[in-house]
Amino acid sequence: MSSRDQILTAVKANQPPLMTLPALDSFFESPKNELIIKFTQVLSSIGGSVIEVEDETEIGAFIREHYPLANIRAISPLANMQGIADRYEAENNPHKLENVELAILPAHFAVAENGACWLSETLLAERVLPFITQHLILVVNKNDILPTMHEAYQKISDETYGYGTFIAGPSKTADIEQSLVLGAHGARSLLVFLV
Amino acid sequence: MKTLNHAQNAANFNKDEKRVDWHDETLWWIRQKRDKSAFQIPEWESLRDAASAIKANTLSNLHQYLIEFEKNALANGVKIHWARDAKEHNDIVYGLLKEKGIDKMVKSKSMLTEECHLNEYLERKGIEVIDSDLGERIVQLAKEPPSHIVLPCIHKKKEEIGELFHEHLGTPAGNADPQVLTEAARIHLRETFLTRKAALTGVNFAVAETGEIVICTNEGNADMGAHLADLHIACMGIEKLVPSRAHLAVFLRLLARSATGQPITTYSSHFAKPRAGKELHIVLVDNGRTRQLGRAEFRNSLKCIRCGACMNTCPVYRRSGGHSYHNAIAGPIGAILAPNLAMKEYADLPFASTLCGSCSNVCPVKIDIHDQLYKWRQVLVKEGHTTTAKQLAMQTMATTLSSPTLFKIAGKTARVTLKYAPFMVNNKFNAWYLQRDMPKVPKSSFSEWYQTNRKQNEQ
Ligand code: SF4
Repeated sequence: MSSRDQILTAVKANQPPLMTLPALDSFFESPKNELIIKFTQVLSSIGGSVIEVEDETEIGAFIREHYPLANIRAISPLANMQGIADRYEAENNPHKLENVELAILPAHFAVAENGACWLSETLLAERVLPFITQHLILVVNKNDILPTMHEAYQKISDETYGYGTFIAGPSKTADIEQSLVLGAHGARSLLVFLV
Repeated sequence: MKTLNHAQNAANFNKDEKRVDWHDETLWWIRQKRDKSAFQIPEWESLRDAASAIKANTLSNLHQYLIEFEKNALANGVKIHWARDAKEHNDIVYGLLKEKGIDKMVKSKSMLTEECHLNEYLERKGIEVIDSDLGERIVQLAKEPPSHIVLPCIHKKKEEIGELFHEHLGTPAGNADPQVLTEAARIHLRETFLTRKAALTGVNFAVAETGEIVICTNEGNADMGAHLADLHIACMGIEKLVPSRAHLAVFLRLLARSATGQPITTYSSHFAKPRAGKELHIVLVDNGRTRQLGRAEFRNSLKCIRCGACMNTCPVYRRSGGHSYHNAIAGPIGAILAPNLAMKEYADLPFASTLCGSCSNVCPVKIDIHDQLYKWRQVLVKEGHTTTAKQLAMQTMATTLSSPTLFKIAGKTARVTLKYAPFMVNNKFNAWYLQRDMPKVPKSSFSEWYQTNRKQNEQ
């Protein structure tokens, strides 16, 4: 018998009688309007920053003002970031992203309770981009902030993706005597624009 | 060499009292962060109930879920492997590397590979493995195992880490600034990520409904490794399954809050398909899990999501250190998982507890940890895996507790003994006394007190 069959046979023999799954309905929150405040509070508390803007031209102006664009490599698949950042055509060669300083990416939605933004592969030129870049900017629609993870998974329940990730703040570690250091292996900073 | 038991290891750890206090306080601080975070969620207790019930369902239908997971993962273009034990797991990983002619691999945190001693095995085969989680890299450089499942080098002082980094990564001598050391590790490991063709990761959750796996990190190391490599190998115990995506919500809400008090880990990455032209292999490992599934009293230990909360809160763990458990997984949960792997070798661990129940109180999936510790003691005594002294003590206690008269006499004897002949208790044959001052002796027992006071009240 193959290992697979041996394991499955043992599982079947040893698993207890069927227990029912709990209902999760009670965890869904009624729509709230303080979602922007909550999201901003939580993300700020875990090392990220949030800026509310009226439209995308404001984002461009902010980036031009705060990042030394002339000297760094910036990348964005967003149409109205052209002129600020290069569009990166997926070439299936993630190593070429080694020297990216700034990546500006759209996110599908954000989650108020934990400050996370959801990005699936369709929004990423390369899976490694939000990690390998030194600094990360995400752009989310104000109306796409969900209260909790329950609403988040409800939203993507039928979605098909090869890869997707929740990103909540900059990369960090506290492995050395519990001192928090931002910029472990992923992006050193995270800025979220709410449009 | 005979491995020392928990009590002997703990005695060694306790030689440096200041360090023990520091270790104790650091972990308690993390426990407090967990509390603060949990208290912010009014539905916290219902979430724990739901998590426990989802895992109970998963374990009761694991056969079906495993088949479903495999089917969906295969349809996603993922390769699936099954390993009955640690050796088969290690052979599979080595086989995949050998087939591709790869002799260097980067690895992110996986307690399963610690359980299987994969690093040592691969090194013997001439494969270089670099751990990329900062804490794991530190203990790897120090040639030590992790002492905690979430905080691998929680036992190390920053000065010791500074010395290690000076020796291995060339940081300035005497520099112990966490910022400087982390930056040095970032640069060193970035080079590693960019040059490795194979990356191995653990798995936090696997979804039967979709065939995807979820990996949670704060550092981003699992993603950096996996997205830059041609070959991604993900290793998981068969108990990591959850039925569907909707259930991930419950676990992701609980995991980081229980572990460190964060609302969620920085990255929660969902891998469903390999990158175009690349390979994703998932190794499903039994290694004793089906046996534990069959033990009704200990089955619940398979619900564990490896948050580490039971360790942070445990008074014994905090004051004895992770290494004293001589097992990949330390603390209360390690003490109920280990005897299933090798009963004789780990017979000491279920006794490394005061049964105070703090672990069960914080466990996000509501495992009855301290009850299981107690039940293991019964099993271990029955199977003859404890010392005669311990057996005698347990037997005396069982007889005494089951007889009210004997209990009263025993109590009286103890009170008299403690008062007039403390050396009878405070001797080297009584292991419990070694690190402790015995309590002041009450003049009367509770029942004596109750009798007197009740009489007074009735008068
Ligand atoms: S037993 Fe519970 S508290 Fe301990 S690590 Fe596992 S899930 Fe966390």
